[in-house]
Amino acid sequence: MKQHKKGLAIWLVVVVLLFIAALLAGSPGQSETVQEAMRDAVLHSTGQISLFGLITVNPGMISALLVTAILLIAAVLIRIFAIPRFKLQPGKLQLVLEEAVGLFDGMARGNSPHRNRFLGAYIFSAGAYIFIGTLFELLGIQAITVHGHPITLPAPLSDVNAAIGLGVLSYLVIVSGAVAEHGPKGVLKALKEFSLPISMSFRLFGALLSGLLVTELVYYYVSLSFVLPVVVGVLFTLLHALIQTYVLTMLVALYYGEVSEPSHKKEKLQAENA
Amino acid sequence: MPLNINLQQILLHWMNLAILTGGLYFLLFKPVKEFMDKRAAHYQELDRQAADKLAQAEQLRADCQAKLDQADEVIRQERLQAQQAAAQAAQEQVEQAQAQARHIITKAHAEAEQSRERALRESQKEMRELAAQAAKKLATQPGADAFDQFLELTEGGGAHEGR
Repeated sequence: MKQHKKGLAIWLVVVVLLFIAALLAGSPGQSETVQEAMRDAVLHSTGQISLFGLITVNPGMISALLVTAILLIAAVLIRIFAIPRFKLQPGKLQLVLEEAVGLFDGMARGNSPHRNRFLGAYIFSAGAYIFIGTLFELLGIQAITVHGHPITLPAPLSDVNAAIGLGVLSYLVIVSGAVAEHGPKGVLKALKEFSLPISMSFRLFGALLSGLLVTELVYYYVSLSFVLPVVVGVLFTLLHALIQTYVLTMLVALYYGEVSEPSHKKEKLQAENA
Repeated sequence: MPLNINLQQILLHWMNLAILTGGLYFLLFKPVKEFMDKRAAHYQELDRQAADKLAQAEQLRADCQAKLDQADEVIRQERLQAQQAAAQAAQEQVEQAQAQARHIITKAHAEAEQSRERALRESQKEMRELAAQAAKKLATQPGADAFDQFLELTEGGGAHEGR
């Protein structure tokens, strides 16, 4: 009992000493103002990173490639080591994988009963990309900019190019569903939702960027760097990872199902033929 | 461009997403889904087999029930026949007993009649002998009143017989 009290007292002293030391040391990032830090977090005008020495890209691009690499390596390992050992009564990992696949497959089937094979695969990968990509910022992986400054890699979708890329690609997937079902006329059916790519892109960008900006703001001031990041950095990140994954995949499935629904004429013809 | 939008990077993101979608589809989504479908088919097959077995069991139960019903009917008929046979046998026995009883009664009546006739004959014979003896004595004793002697002989003969 006495030893426990002694250990607790030492731990508290260490924490207080570190807190005081951090306050006294001050922030090394005084070279830029909070406005500059936030603008840089949004525009990445100064934080560019070289991609294999070929071109310079935003840090979000590097994050996206890393997330893809992580996901694919994990998928390869699971494919080689886990899937062949799947049993009729699933274990923990099998249960998680089946739940994930079943969730997105069920979402695709539920929202687009007529045509859902490609949709299920797409929303599965988009969901995995958004969820893991958003949690990726928690890892705090460092990279070096072309100017030689260290930078923490952000979530891929906090880069506007990644958000636009995913939003527009999702819209193209929806258009492809309409074209596959109705032929070239399907484009017109999908075009009525012309605001979709913009809304999806900027919803993702806004949600992820807001998280990034709040985190930047918190870490800009040393005094806010205690306890608060646990809530801001971890819980908020987890929360909006889940929300954004659900929102985008649900929207894509919903619109895909709507535009790929067989027309009444076609259904009537099929019924007559049957 | 505003907001640092860069078409080249958007295309790179598309390429990245295409690789990710294809990779995840072939490495994870498809095999897991195939396994799940296979398992669902397996359980459906088990379910179908169980339903078949249940139907077979139901059929067997119905057959057994039919056989039981048939056996019950056979038992009922057998019982009825046995009851009829028993009743008939009892009736025959009763009739036989009645016939036997009639025969016994008739025979008893006949025997009783014979006994009565024999007793009657014997008593008549005895009376004749007594009468003959009395008449003989009267005839041999001429001094006495013939009627009184007859009575004495008769009474003395009766006492002699009783002894």
